[in-house]
Amino acid sequence: MSIFQYVVLKINGEDRPVMIRSADTLLEVLRNELGLTGSKPGCLNGDCGACTVIVDGKPMKSCLMLGVEGTGKEITTIEGLQGTAIQQAFVEYFAFQCGYCTPGYIMNCQSLIENEPKATDEKISEWLKSNICRCTGYEEIETAIKSVLRESNSKDRPISRESEMD
Amino acid sequence: MTNIGKSVIRKEALDKVTGRAKYTADFPSGEMLHGKSVISHYGHGTIKSIDVMEAKKEPGVRAIITGKQYPLTGEEIRDRPPIAFEKIRFHGEVVALVVADTPAIAKRAASLINVVVDPLPVVNSPSEGVSKDAPLVHDNVAEYEREEGVHPVPKTNIANHTKIRKGDMASGWAKSEIVIEENFSFPPSDHIPMETRSATAEIRPDGKVLITTSSQAPFMVKELLSQYFDLEVGKIIVKTPLVGGGYGGKASVQQEILAYLGSLAVEGRTVRMINEREEDMITSPCHMGLDAKVKLGCTADGYLQATELTYLVDSGAYSDKAIHLSRACAVDCTGPYFIENIWCDSYAVYTNHPYPAPYRGFSHAEVHFVFERAMDILARKLNMDPLELRYKNAIKPGHTTPTQVKLNRSTVGDVPMCIEKVKQLSRWEEGQLIELNERTVRAKGLACVWKNSTIPPESSSGAIITFNEDGTMNLMSGVVEIGTATKTVLAQILAERFRMSVNDIYVKMTVDTQSTPEHWKTVASRGTLMGGRAVLAAAEDAIRQIKEVASCVMKVRTDDLEIGNRRVFLREDPKEGLDFRDVVYGYTFPEGNAIGGQIIGRGNYILRNITYLDPETGAGNPGPEWAVGAQVVEVEFDRRDYTYKIIKAISVLDVGRVLNYKGALGQVTGAMSMGLGFGGRESFVIDDKARVLNPQLRTYRPVHFGEHPEYIVEFIETPHIDSPFGARGVGEQGLLGMPAALGNSLSLAAGVELHHLPLLPESIWRKKEGLNT
Ligand code: FES
Ligand code: FES
Repeated sequence: MSIFQYVVLKINGEDRPVMIRSADTLLEVLRNELGLTGSKPGCLNGDCGACTVIVDGKPMKSCLMLGVEGTGKEITTIEGLQGTAIQQAFVEYFAFQCGYCTPGYIMNCQSLIENEPKATDEKISEWLKSNICRCTGYEEIETAIKSVLRESNSKDRPISRESEMD
Repeated sequence: MTNIGKSVIRKEALDKVTGRAKYTADFPSGEMLHGKSVISHYGHGTIKSIDVMEAKKEPGVRAIITGKQYPLTGEEIRDRPPIAFEKIRFHGEVVALVVADTPAIAKRAASLINVVVDPLPVVNSPSEGVSKDAPLVHDNVAEYEREEGVHPVPKTNIANHTKIRKGDMASGWAKSEIVIEENFSFPPSDHIPMETRSATAEIRPDGKVLITTSSQAPFMVKELLSQYFDLEVGKIIVKTPLVGGGYGGKASVQQEILAYLGSLAVEGRTVRMINEREEDMITSPCHMGLDAKVKLGCTADGYLQATELTYLVDSGAYSDKAIHLSRACAVDCTGPYFIENIWCDSYAVYTNHPYPAPYRGFSHAEVHFVFERAMDILARKLNMDPLELRYKNAIKPGHTTPTQVKLNRSTVGDVPMCIEKVKQLSRWEEGQLIELNERTVRAKGLACVWKNSTIPPESSSGAIITFNEDGTMNLMSGVVEIGTATKTVLAQILAERFRMSVNDIYVKMTVDTQSTPEHWKTVASRGTLMGGRAVLAAAEDAIRQIKEVASCVMKVRTDDLEIGNRRVFLREDPKEGLDFRDVVYGYTFPEGNAIGGQIIGRGNYILRNITYLDPETGAGNPGPEWAVGAQVVEVEFDRRDYTYKIIKAISVLDVGRVLNYKGALGQVTGAMSMGLGFGGRESFVIDDKARVLNPQLRTYRPVHFGEHPEYIVEFIETPHIDSPFGARGVGEQGLLGMPAALGNSLSLAAGVELHHLPLLPESIWRKKEGLNT
């Protein structure tokens, strides 16, 4: 029997057929089989969050999940996220430098926004401490996520954002 | 000024938030083999045998190589076999390399290789390394090939000795009414860039060597590979896309060599190496440890008179950048103070530890921890406010540095002003120590910082600008985008000179040593100075050409012309002029004949007036300028269980000129975060056999979200005249005083002098209780 199996993964709304080893992590499948290199390896051990994707609405470290476990689930990667408020906020508030932790961070933030729109500061910390950013001092990421949460909580009174050049 | 100082969004921002930004390991693999290292699990030992039989049998294994035939490598002393040969000298050292069809096969085969080692006694700290009966990590360091200006001590573990001899020590001590003597130390740690290192190599039939690497020094990779393996330098082409954090760690050349050797073993086919986190921490170069001794004296009214310093840099098993790091310890061996009499011995000492790369701040945060802790201890003995002691002794224009450079207003920032400002921002006057309740106290610690770079005198940087038909520009510079947004800042500088919108400048993000002009290394916070000056030179070159074409067309002198908003026009009557679009691709006269062609501007810059240090006294000019600052850390400390929370971290930095406000702010707070990690929690835990016990992010824990303090940052602007718009270095300065300021605040809070990093609650408790540390 071949060590490869044929599976169909639903990624970013598309059915993606792949031949994978049962030992391949979802991260390896995304990067090596599907060319979705937005999800980053940082530790392959669940410690850094650089590989975070959204699986059935919840953030998941794709290095901790097998590719074959992904069948029948809705998987969203950074490539599936376009023009969201959190991406915009990351740009405006300078919430990244080298950008390597950024896709994972954004996926975790996006999931937080969807799951906990009224998140308290403690809740935000609890969610976001599963990702490491080595470049920033986290303050900019905090500003970015809070601006989006605040804005979605007060739709009629949007906060004013600074322009590109201030 | 329309561009300078503005928080211009980095050019690659959209790519980075959409997952489209490409790093070295993101490029499609295609026809590619995969390399995997077998690493040593001992700190020191003789290799008895390496059994590769089982591994060879694995289908898909293409080559297995061991260290025998390769030349020695190393930047300043050639002491390092790229793959260990006969001896292993640290835990994590590469002993063999497997090249296979897939990463999984390579990994499995690597696990089947059996290395038998006869353990040897280890050197487990630089202090041990210089002790009388220390085992020798290298039999005779003096026999290795080395660069000029490196001073090893034969048949010892000392790879380099740098001396500072300034003033007259006897008279300095005679004038010192108060003297302290203290020892400080910390073990090696790591940079932890989120992107682990990766490199691919391919050797073409015509001898071309193609390397792609996550490096801060692609041009150095080219130069060193050519030297090590006797290759024609023009045949080596090194590419570096975006880099996922470097902090100095990716300025060393190590993994590229393995990828090259891997490719060599398989007839030049492409071989990719990607570090796992564990390898990235211990196999590839780390952050240095240090043992230090300081003696410091002052008059009864607090004027510093003399200091004697010994720095033992943990050079690990190989000297690589440790030579240079130990030299930098000597160059700025004190804090930013004027001291007439200075004696410093700085040594790079071999141990059986992983060996160091540069680390953000290049020895300065390390030296500052030692010296700024000593300043607080001295202040306590003097019964003087530590802020006042620093203010009194702050170095100023007219003073001389440890390497006897006489400072002027351009070459050093304003230390007193930084101290005044930080005093205000930290509310120093309310008291350094405030009791909140019977368990908890709040304490503030201060550190002053300075930094010059010590890069080689001949380091240069180049820039090329080309025009598009519509009058917009493309900018090419050898500065690597490692997260500092330097490429964006260079575009701002160019836009400013051309008086046009930065949006009309396109920046080439990747570096390719064949087509990008050289920038020595993206290190030392010198990208803006050197890259910026090169860009300005390229701008002048292009402007001259544009004016020449325009002067011909308009029948005016070139010096009557001005440029701005993508036009060249008459200074006296700006309406009279030509659009760039009509000039930058050649001008066509109504009759059809044309002049000019695509405008291509080129410029370069080489640091001026840098000299080697005198081997006996250390006298010499190490670099272009000293950026300075003052920093405060405020903690809330629990006197019962010794835990603490960092409440505030404050930096006042003289950056010369802010070029991109939010960008600079992010550089500073990010560096502060890293410094607090280094001071408070990060270190390798090394056992008595010199094995690193925590090479993973679960047990080696950088600062996480929610653990960050409130950051307060203020900039002072004392221009550095040579630099574009007066800017000084800003990428490293935020880190420099953090470990010291944290140490000072915790020493005060706990009521005991702390001498070792990292400052874990347990180590504070041990010190307080007088237990073994
Ligand atoms: S790579 Fe998955 S958590 Fe680090
Ligand atoms: S932006 Fe570099 S690690 Fe977060």
